[in-house]
Amino acid sequence: MAEILVLVEHVDGAVKKVTLELLTLARSVGEPSAVFVGNGADNALATLAEYGAANIYVASDAEVEKYPVAPTAEVLAQLVGAKSPAAVLIPSTAEGKEVAGRLAVKLNSGVITDAVGLVDDFQATQSIFGGNVIVASKVKTGTPIITVRPNSTAPEAAAGAGTREDVTIELSEAAKKATINNKVEEKQGARPELAEAAIVVSGGRGVGGAEGFEVVEALADSLGAAVGASRAATDAGWYPHQYQVGQTGKTVSPQLYIANGISGAIQHRAGMQTSKTIVVVNKDPEAPIFELADYGVVGDLFNVVPQLTEEIGKRKG
Amino acid sequence: MKIAVCVKQVPDTWAEKKLDASDKTLDRASVDGVLNELDEYAVEEALQIAEANSGEVVVVSMGPDKATETVRKALSMGADSAIHLNDDALKGSCALGTSLALSKVLEGRDFDLIIFGSESTDARMSVVPAMVAERLGVAQLTFARKVEVDGSDVKIERITDYGYDEVSASTPAVISVVEKINEPRYPSFKGIMAAKKKTVETLTIADIGVDAGDVGLAGATSEVLSFEDAPPRAAGTIVTDEGNGGVQIADYLSAQKFI
Repeated sequence: MAEILVLVEHVDGAVKKVTLELLTLARSVGEPSAVFVGNGADNALATLAEYGAANIYVASDAEVEKYPVAPTAEVLAQLVGAKSPAAVLIPSTAEGKEVAGRLAVKLNSGVITDAVGLVDDFQATQSIFGGNVIVASKVKTGTPIITVRPNSTAPEAAAGAGTREDVTIELSEAAKKATINNKVEEKQGARPELAEAAIVVSGGRGVGGAEGFEVVEALADSLGAAVGASRAATDAGWYPHQYQVGQTGKTVSPQLYIANGISGAIQHRAGMQTSKTIVVVNKDPEAPIFELADYGVVGDLFNVVPQLTEEIGKRKG
Repeated sequence: MKIAVCVKQVPDTWAEKKLDASDKTLDRASVDGVLNELDEYAVEEALQIAEANSGEVVVVSMGPDKATETVRKALSMGADSAIHLNDDALKGSCALGTSLALSKVLEGRDFDLIIFGSESTDARMSVVPAMVAERLGVAQLTFARKVEVDGSDVKIERITDYGYDEVSASTPAVISVVEKINEPRYPSFKGIMAAKKKTVETLTIADIGVDAGDVGLAGATSEVLSFEDAPPRAAGTIVTDEGNGGVQIADYLSAQKFI
């Protein structure tokens, strides 16, 4: 079966869920091999094999962690040259897309970003214009490079050989031109990352102020969810900008999206319309967000949401 | 310091975007074009850096005749001059083709900084700045929420999932900026009048030595095979809160196995 390279997204060897999704997706069109760049490979090997990696290529030279983006693209380019895979799959994160872009230039291969599905012959499905249009697209030059959105596939284990092969990489001078001096963690509590979260709870204009977000956060925490915000809320300074969901913010596609006090302007819909299940709380029955709702409650979020949080607490015991 | 700021004309954020059935590219003719919102932050950042470092800002844009409006908008904000790459052969370019054409415009002009918005609101790929850095072989300082320039040293805060990375490099460098790095200024009346007199150099692909076969739809490395409207979401259940709305949602979430 055709080998497909899957770039592993990880933090010091703790493999992110999107990697398992990509391995699962790759198995539907070929045989995945994982590409691990950075430190902590020993922690990742078992998980990668469990989800079907036939080979695990490891580039753990200390050099690769010192520079952003470019080293990973060079590792992948070297592996594409050596292994001639049928395709390269990369998580569609901000950094993943940049890696894909640099790799595409190196290989003169076409790149497709934000795929939500993959069928035979590496035809990718994309959901564009805020989820209004579904596109089938294909790379026609070189080795297909496809970035796949988190939460597009349900990860399923299926053991692979997981044979480790260490890769030595000689970084080019160009790859060393920007240096990471410091990695700074900013508090997001114990909440999952917005892009990866299975459940996202968001607040908008109707939340009314920064303190109103406590109600949204409490609901999120009761569900183990990430917190998002509409542009109206981030522009007003009620919630930090990096949590903005929408056309100029993050695109999320969780299993469950709960929109609180969000009217549903196209700007916001573009970032969440492909969520599997959408629940809406808004006091305006005419709010366009209700058009997307699988379940909606017309009412004051400051009554409905705390009651919901309390009820979830009771049911979870 | 010589700064290029790359801007793109995109359909108005609030307009409904459509693909053209004939060539499966974005229908740009039927909607109002605006300066890509994220590029406004790039223009502002370029102007601020230029003001602090007695620099010069050159707007660079690739697009059809209509994109002239966008070039003028950036000039009216205060940029000094512009380069407009305008060639029918560029229509339908993929990211590789776009990055090739932009690189050819930029190379050899001794820019210290090349600044982009972090993505365009139409294609939303976020790959062109990285591609241009790769092609030019210069430092990539992208997804910046803060940029500091000190002589030839440039330091940024690159946003990450966990916070940010401090990344530094020497010029020349490609920078992309995220929303909210600054407050883009509105063009003043004086700025709008002055923009009309500023130099806009118009280039074709022949001028930059790019072959028509490497750009546009003809040179695209990926293709749209088909497209369709997303199936409308099935109408959901909407209830009015009568004091038990929270419990009703909990019932729904239980039935859907979320709780």
